[in-house]
Amino acid sequence: MALLELRDVTRRFGDFTAVDCVNLSIEAGELFTLLGPSGCGKTTLLRMIAGFDVPDSGQILLDGQDIANTPPEKRPIHTVFQSYALFPHMTVADNVAFPLKMSGKTPAEIKKRVEKALEEVQLSRFTHRFPHELSGGQKQRVAFARGLINRPRLLLMDEPLGALDAKLREDMQRELISLQKEVGITFVFVTHSQDEALALSQRIAVMNQGQVEQIGEPSVIYSHPANRFIADFIGKINLMAARVTQVSDNDMTLEIDQLGTTTLPLKQGIKTGDQGVMAIRPEQVSVHALARHAELPHAHTGKVLDFLYVGDVTTYIVELDCGIRVEALLANSSPGRARFFEVGDPVIVSWTREAAQFLMN
Amino acid sequence: MNRLRLTRWLVSLPPTLFLLLFFVVPSLLMIVTSFRYPGEFGGLAPLSVPATGLAEEGSGLYGLTLETYRFFFSDILYAEIFLKSFAVATATTLICLVMAYPVAMLIARSAKKYRNLMVLLVVLPFASNFLIRIYAWMIILGPESTFSHLINSVLDVLGLEPVMLLFSPFAVLVGTVYVHLPFMILPLYTNLEKHDPVLLDAAQDLGANRWQRFWRVTWPQSLPGVFSGSALVFIPVLGMFAIPDILGGTGDILIGNLIKDQFLGTRDWPFGSTLSIMLTLAVLSVAGLATWFARSRTASSN
Repeated sequence: MALLELRDVTRRFGDFTAVDCVNLSIEAGELFTLLGPSGCGKTTLLRMIAGFDVPDSGQILLDGQDIANTPPEKRPIHTVFQSYALFPHMTVADNVAFPLKMSGKTPAEIKKRVEKALEEVQLSRFTHRFPHELSGGQKQRVAFARGLINRPRLLLMDEPLGALDAKLREDMQRELISLQKEVGITFVFVTHSQDEALALSQRIAVMNQGQVEQIGEPSVIYSHPANRFIADFIGKINLMAARVTQVSDNDMTLEIDQLGTTTLPLKQGIKTGDQGVMAIRPEQVSVHALARHAELPHAHTGKVLDFLYVGDVTTYIVELDCGIRVEALLANSSPGRARFFEVGDPVIVSWTREAAQFLMN
Repeated sequence: MNRLRLTRWLVSLPPTLFLLLFFVVPSLLMIVTSFRYPGEFGGLAPLSVPATGLAEEGSGLYGLTLETYRFFFSDILYAEIFLKSFAVATATTLICLVMAYPVAMLIARSAKKYRNLMVLLVVLPFASNFLIRIYAWMIILGPESTFSHLINSVLDVLGLEPVMLLFSPFAVLVGTVYVHLPFMILPLYTNLEKHDPVLLDAAQDLGANRWQRFWRVTWPQSLPGVFSGSALVFIPVLGMFAIPDILGGTGDILIGNLIKDQFLGTRDWPFGSTLSIMLTLAVLSVAGLATWFARSRTASSN
């Protein structure tokens, strides 16, 4: 049995359907992420799981018990809020002790468990500090320790790393994953940041307009997005409007505006006449100097229009002769070399048959 | 000295002068007065023997003395009035706190667009004259009022003696609470409005019920507001004389009445000054204690 199961959960605010018939099941011990743009309903879903909101219809099952109408304080589910929501008038130790006090543990036990919890998040030296005396990363750790100390069945985290700077965020991501392994509690993240979702989760549910569009492992979501929205939302991707003109046993032929026809391996459920896009990730597009014009599949000539150098990689924007613009990501792997091409250089752009995929609109 | 500092001095000079002239100087005069003898027909006796023989015609007293302080500490009556005033001020503060807290919370948790209107309603009574509002209570609490009849008929049903509401300690408390309630509501509201509502969500999420959320999250965070509101009620009530004069009975006089009587009734300026100094000292020590207490309790929450 799944630890948490959502069955046809729907929540409306007036005419607006924030969460539209969502079905999900989360296994015990999982690192699960609800990912989506702002307004997609992920926060409403989180609030319903935590108990701050009640679904208009559907069931929320925890260990098989419907908890949709149980108040938050009675649910074995704790939340790490985006702003951390540490109590400003309490010390670090009192903040972390709060859930234990509420559940009526003895002072001796509270003291022991708080000490251990603070040790686990490396905050033993800060026991008697107040939240306003802590850095962002330290506040984050206090919030984790407070959320985990009473061993909830589920720990919800609302944009857990959103308030941290990039460097600290990476450290915290690693720390979070190892913390989760240690305590074995199921984590559910809610975030709009695809990087965070890809780095933190074992499974991701991508949400859009109140609905779950795809559930899967990060690598599956990234390399096989179910539709155009997901491809566009997660990572960068080149999209070209395309139409299916012919379907055979193993192949399908696409007619791409301006670019012409191309054949791709057949995907299930695709039929002649379907409208959509051909999608290729920038890192799967190769760029070659014109001189190396060998027999490349799916090769097109063009000119470098612009590039964006960010240190480890450079993104080239190439305008093909037909007018389509393609982004290509090249790793700057040779030392000392900033880029391979200059603006205006004539180049050949190519990709493998497997790199390109057809996505329905 | 740069221009900014010069500007700062120039701007703060008028209020500084004002306070020097109308607060520091009178306070010093009052201290000196408390060590002098009263004049025969009010006012003060001379500091030194006059050159003329007028001294024999007057009380014959002159110079500086500790007589008023000796008098103050020799009669238990004054200590009793001080204690009673403290009791009334404390009771008023507590009643105001209990009544104001829910109101302040209601305003702080209302939609933003209604808050200013509600605050306006709280301060609206100030728009009418203080004495008129107190006289209104005289009518409400008077023996022939509907309110009095109602109370006494209830007492009658219960088999109890009828009571006189007006000219009683009860009436004094009603008056002081009524007048000072807004002074408690406003600082409490200002404090409660700043609380982050997500903290209550967090507390609930972590297992706190309604009662625990109040005592462990809202109340401790509101202590600075509780302290400033209490100071704004306690200190003025301690020196209040109009309300006990109008609503209280003969036995309900407070320090304020006593001081007023020294200056306007018995015309004993030195003793009036002594009482005033004692009151000031008492207020300062209470305020100092409260500040110290507030600081030790809330230093962390800012």
